This record gives sequence, C-alpha cells and structure tokens, in this order.
Amino acid sequence: MVKYILKRLLFIFVTLWIIVTCTFFMMKQLPGTPFDAERFSIMTPAQQESMLEMYGLNDPVPVQYVKYIGNILHGDLGTSFSYVNQDVGSVIAGRLKPSALIGLQAVLIGLAIGLVLGILAAWKHNSGIDYLTMILAVLGVSVPNFVAAALLQYYIGLKWGILPIGFWTSWNCSVLPSIALSFSATAMVARFMRTEMLDVLDQDYIVTARAKGISQMQVLMRHAVKNSILPVVTILGPIVVNLMTGSLAVENIYSIPGIGSLFVDCIKANDYPVIMGITIFYAAFYMLVVLLVDLVYSMIDPRIRLTKGKED
Amino acid sequence: MRNEAIEDSLFVKVKVKAEEKEHIAAPASGMIADAWLRLRKNKAAVVALFILIAIILLAVFAPVFSKYSFSDTDYGSVFAQPNADHIFGADQFGRDMWVRIWMGTRISLMIAAVAAVLDLVVGVLYGAVSALLGGRVDAVMQRIIEVLVGIPHLIIVILFLMAFPAGVGTIIAALSITGWVNMARLVRAEILKLKSQEFVMASQVLGSSKFYIIMKDLIPNTVGVIVINVMFTIPNAIFTEAFLSFIGIGLAEPQASLGVLINGGYQVLQNYPHVLIFPAVVIVLIMVCFSVLGDGLRDAMDPQMRK
Repeated sequence: MVKYILKRLLFIFVTLWIIVTCTFFMMKQLPGTPFDAERFSIMTPAQQESMLEMYGLNDPVPVQYVKYIGNILHGDLGTSFSYVNQDVGSVIAGRLKPSALIGLQAVLIGLAIGLVLGILAAWKHNSGIDYLTMILAVLGVSVPNFVAAALLQYYIGLKWGILPIGFWTSWNCSVLPSIALSFSATAMVARFMRTEMLDVLDQDYIVTARAKGISQMQVLMRHAVKNSILPVVTILGPIVVNLMTGSLAVENIYSIPGIGSLFVDCIKANDYPVIMGITIFYAAFYMLVVLLVDLVYSMIDPRIRLTKGKED
Repeated sequence: MRNEAIEDSLFVKVKVKAEEKEHIAAPASGMIADAWLRLRKNKAAVVALFILIAIILLAVFAPVFSKYSFSDTDYGSVFAQPNADHIFGADQFGRDMWVRIWMGTRISLMIAAVAAVLDLVVGVLYGAVSALLGGRVDAVMQRIIEVLVGIPHLIIVILFLMAFPAGVGTIIAALSITGWVNMARLVRAEILKLKSQEFVMASQVLGSSKFYIIMKDLIPNTVGVIVINVMFTIPNAIFTEAFLSFIGIGLAEPQASLGVLINGGYQVLQNYPHVLIFPAVVIVLIMVCFSVLGDGLRDAMDPQMRK
C-alpha cells in the first residue's frame, strides 16, 4: 500500500514537471513584460538590472528555467506581473478561501440533493419522481453553468432581491454561486446513484431481504442504499474538475475574489507567473483528489485492490 | 443407470418439418438497422433527433434567407424587442438577433462536427493502435494519456488559446489536443476486452489475417462504444467554445458564436433580458437534444445496459 502511494506520488511529480516545463517554454514565447516600455527605457542600467532580477528575467531562458524549477521546489512561484511586488504564492493563497468555501458548499449541495433524488428515482423506478430526476439530470449537465449563474443572479438576486447579486461581504454572498456551481454536480450524482441503485435492486440479496419479510424501509436503507452509495465516491474526480472550470465563469459573474476569477483576470492581463502558478495548483489539486478517491475507495470496498494481491 | 419408473416407450419423437427447421422469422439485420429499430421506439430520442435536424436546417438556411446580415448595424432598432421585423429582437447595435443566433449555431455546430471527426480519427486510431500493439508502445502511449488527463482539459485549452490568436481555428486546434483522450481510452479498453474473446481466436484459427481481424472482427464490435462517446463529445465541445467565449478568451465581436451572444446578452441582462434568453435557450436546446439522443443511442446499441 505504502509502495503504491509512493509510486502514484512520484507519477504526480513527473506529470507536474512535464506540465511546468511545457507551460514555461510556451509562456516564454508569448509577448509581454511586466514593464512599461517607455518608463523602463529611461531607467539607469543598474535599475533595469535590478528590475529584471526581481522578475527573474535577466538570465537566458534555459537558466531561467533551471532557476524556476529550483524555486518551485522551495515553494517560490515567482513574482506576479500585475500584482506589484507580490509573490505568486501569496496572491493565490489570498484567493483560496472564497473558492474553497463555494466549492465545498457546491459539493455538499450536489451530494445532498443528488443522492436523495437518485435513491428516490431508483426506488420508484419509472414513476413521476424518476422521470423528474432524469429530466433534472439532463438539464443539469446541459444548461451551461454560466447561463444558470446569470439567470440566478438576475431573478433571485436582482428581481426578487432575496440574496446578494455578488461580491464577497458576508456568507450570504456565497449562496447563489454555490447553487449555480452545484447544478452539474447534483445531476452527475443523481444519475450515478440511480444507475448504481437500479443495479443493486436487481440483485438476488434484495429479493432475499424482501422474502425475509423485513419492512420496505429496511430493505431500502440496510440493503439497497448501503450497497449502492459507495461507488459515488468515484465520481468525485470529475465533479472536482467541473467545479474548478465552473468557478472560472461563476466567480466572474458574481465578482468573487477567488482563484477562478484571478485566473481569468491574469489571462487577460498576461500575468504569466500567476497563470503558471494556478495551472500547477489546479493540476496538483486534481491529481491529489483522484489519488485520494482511489485510496478511500479501496479502503471502504474490500473487493477493490490497488496492488496486485497474491491470488493473481 | 436406467430409471425403472420411466420407460423409453413413454417418449415419442417430435416430428419437425424440414422447412420449419430452416425457417427464418425475419431477415438478418445489421447492427445499425437493429439500433435504429430500437431507437425509433424511444420517443424522447426521436423528438431530440427531429429538433436537432430542425436546428441544423435553421443554422444553414436562416441566415441565407434573411434580409439582414449578422454584422449589419441599424441604429434605428437598437435593443428592439422581438417583433415581426426582428423575430428574436436586436442587440445593442441593432443587429438582428435571429440571424446572429443562427450564425452562432453554425459556429457551434461546426466546432461540434470537427470535434466529432477528431474523436473518430485520432481517438479511435490512438486507442486501437495502443491496444493492438501492446507491450512497450502501449505503455508509452498510456503514460502520455495519463499526463493529459492530469490537468483539467479546459485549462490546457485556455493555455493554448493564450498562445495563439483567438478564432474558430484556434479553438478547434485547442480542442484537438485533449478532445480525443476519452475516446482513445474507451476504444483501447474495448479492444483489449474483445481481443481475448473466443470469436477472435476462432477467426485466427480459421486463418484470417491480422488486418482482416481488425477490420471485420474488432472495429465493428466497438462501433457502439464509439458512436455513444461521440454523442457525448459533441455537447462538450459546444459547451467549451461557449464557455471560453463567455469568459472573454474565445471568439470575440463581431463574430457571433453562441458564447459571444450570451456574453453580450449578460452585459445588458438587467434591461433587455431577451438578448440573453434566446441564445441561451438555443444552446440549452442543442445540449439537451444531443444528450437525450446519446442516451437513446446507448440504450439502442447496448440493450444490456438499459436502465
């Protein structure tokens, strides 16, 4: 097990290294410096030198690359171009909390509503609630998150004035963006849970449980739900990707100072160090979530073995 | 051991008519015809198919037969509400929304078509080659895929868009870096599964060449997986374009893609909701129809999976 985790971590590092290398050399091809050309040209050579030094631009590109990799290993992601005098790490860290809160709330909403809908839909297969769930599941993945966010903002925030239309002043502000982000998660969970549970309800042990004469509620809770809820863990990876990309648009719409809006702002401002920092952050976070899901799943479901057992 | 209670005389041989023995109830139908028969019974999928055909026809012909062009401004009808002249109203420059929306749909459908072709060519080939060659080639090809899967696709696409000028071509090129990965994985898994099955071995024993086995035994049996996956790639590609254009790094004015239109509509949502609502409805309709049709095709092509 430990060996397996180390192997996976090593692979994550190699993948990150490839990502860093590709994006680094790509960014070097792009135009744009952190300096205003006119003002930069009237500086003394010594001043120019120290400015270049600060952004790590005074060496030839291969040397810059080696230094950059070395700095990353020390946790230093460089200096932001657009946020003057701030290093990338602290720029990103300062934006972490709103994104984390919204993402977490969206996952919780998605799980709560998705699981309930999925369970009810499978239990009452081909009933009204089943059709409603399937319609919601299709709509949830079909309505683009930015359309949902815009409409929620317009109707609930502006027309009915129930919740703030944006900004980040109190917890209330996080409700609408969380709901907007949660739609696709809800749809994915509901659909997955329904399929899993229909599978389980087909199994012989459900018939046995019914034949024993225990109540419907007990069949549902003790046999059906318990056996079908575990695999839901496995769709956490896709859900996290969905939330990450969704946050790019949703945070912009609601003016939330999170990582998603930072990323979009920095792309528009050509702030390459921050873009690289966020790319690395997203990739590392996503791969760690996938690793964690695999580990948790192997722990809760003894039939899944990550390492090759003795029998094969 | 003989059973004393049941004697052989109790048994009478059933007479079978010779012509009935060879009777064929219905002509053998291929996989596609079979799937079509089953798909036809799925009302939702058929409706989705017709709506999609209608949308495609509108996207192709509506701009041609309209007296407006997607970029003509008319300051007399700025933000016109939907009326007989402008069926979907007009935007902040008085451009006709009806024409702009169908032009945008054209771009979305074009991107969808390219994404599908890419999926079919690169994805299927990559997966098939990886599975069939096996060994070291397979290992290397799978490592490449694992690196690509390591980053969320949209991030790769965004980084790519930064490096090249925004345009339909760039978006298509960006999608082509990552769009085929899922397909490659599915096809590889499917072929690996098929490769070890008895009918392939039987074919080998009968002396079929490797090429014949690939073309006649393996690929036809993966058609189901391929078609279903294409149906889910298409809405993804449409969404990606709209998403990028919406956050302002995809296509830009005066081009009219659905994402650009929704972005423009969002800016004036407070006063003129119709500028947002119409393109939003069209994109949702396209996405819903593809996803319903995809579900229908999955049920039709893989009846065992039916839920």
